[in-house]
Amino acid sequence: MIEIKQLQKKYHKLVVLKGIDLDISGRGVIALLGPNGSGKTTLIKCILGMVLPSGGQIFFNGENIKGKNEYRNDIDYLPQIAQFPENLSAIEIIELMKSFKQGETREKALIELFGLERELEKKMMNLSGGNRQKINLVIALMHDSPVIILDEPSTGLDPLSITRLKSFLRNESNRGKLILLTTHIMSLAEGMAEKVIFLLDGRIRFNGMMTELLDMQGGQDLESSIAQLLDNETV
Amino acid sequence: MNSVLKYSFYEMIRSRWLFIYTGFYLLVSVALIMLSGDSTKVLISLSNITLGITPMVGILFGTNYYYNSREFIQLLLCQPISRWKIFSAFYMGLAIALCLSIIVGIGLPLTFMGIFKSGNVSLFFILIAMACMLSIIFSLLAFLIAVKFDNKVKGLSIAVLLWLFFAIIYDGLVLLTLLVLKDYPLDKLTISLMLANPIDLARVLILLKLDISAMMGYTGAVLSKFIGKSLGSLLIVLSLLLWTLIPLGILRKILNSKDF
Repeated sequence: MIEIKQLQKKYHKLVVLKGIDLDISGRGVIALLGPNGSGKTTLIKCILGMVLPSGGQIFFNGENIKGKNEYRNDIDYLPQIAQFPENLSAIEIIELMKSFKQGETREKALIELFGLERELEKKMMNLSGGNRQKINLVIALMHDSPVIILDEPSTGLDPLSITRLKSFLRNESNRGKLILLTTHIMSLAEGMAEKVIFLLDGRIRFNGMMTELLDMQGGQDLESSIAQLLDNETV
Repeated sequence: MNSVLKYSFYEMIRSRWLFIYTGFYLLVSVALIMLSGDSTKVLISLSNITLGITPMVGILFGTNYYYNSREFIQLLLCQPISRWKIFSAFYMGLAIALCLSIIVGIGLPLTFMGIFKSGNVSLFFILIAMACMLSIIFSLLAFLIAVKFDNKVKGLSIAVLLWLFFAIIYDGLVLLTLLVLKDYPLDKLTISLMLANPIDLARVLILLKLDISAMMGYTGAVLSKFIGKSLGSLLIVLSLLLWTLIPLGILRKILNSKDF
């Protein structure tokens, strides 16, 4: 579905992505992990066309995405920081975001899932950080696209909403969707993802099944396995 | 694109700063009408005020608006719509709202004053058109600066400097140049220098319509004498259009190569 060949990104002298080769296909949840500054967000932004690669190519369903917008019809994206126009109401933002893609939307179910019914008419400036993040989730997930990219989805959410989000994503995964998830909360990644892509210093250091990573590092959980992987790389 | 324009416009017209801006023009217009019942005097005073205020508000409002909307614009960039369409819709929402402020703030009081029954209808329309044009140009320059510079403090500083340059410093530099080169024929140079400043263009167009030679200034007098009022007005309008089209072209070029 997403094929990346020798992807490079430089910001002046700083090389953020150093020749990434990646094939993201099939279904299920893939955790994109790595320490701060490893290039996760840049990689996601390259896939979404927000950051233009310095070298290499990205293909979506076999087509090079360079200069194209239409492929984003099939991708739902949740950014890490959700900032919305302060003077618009939540429902206006949802209506605006609905207008970009064709097909059925399921915002009502998501609004109910996150308990946002009473917040819809409020201006964004009057919503709490948690509710803004929930609106962010409604917007990101309402289009039922085959690929979902989530950048730190649990930021600002209460435990109940995190549980509901996990359950929703598991269901989406079972429906055959491909979910690419970045998070610093290892328990979330471990509980959700079957596959792991580990980025360090702009390079892929691990790309495989979660169980394989756990076995390879001999760690009891993902957090200690990742810590060991980091230790091995920095020694 | 239409939905982005619609909601960008909604966002703007609900902004308290836009209310304050409209209120300012309403207050100034009503005060001037109350101080002087003569529509010509009111229009001259209003033109002096708008030529100073509209570029400043356009450029500061524009840069702030972009920086405050940056994360949301990034979210829009992930949708299946081109960068150009998103930015042009966002920009148009801003520019239309600023123009509406001017039309309401100046237009309403003058309409109640009976401007349409006076002999100054065309001057009134030129004043409104120039104030709107300056808002369009300077808010566009604001977008250009904000897209180019990711650092908000840097972007806002450049915006303020650019306004200062066009509103104050430029005229001083022109006078200095003319003084230094006083022994040479300066007609073409004077006109060229005027074309390079949108505020001067708007000022001269209003003064050409007013036909007050004492207020026209050197540039206006040269334009009126050597090109003629009609051709001069046309040249000014074309130059103002270029002041819109060139920054638009530069903005498009930046957008095509920018990382968000």
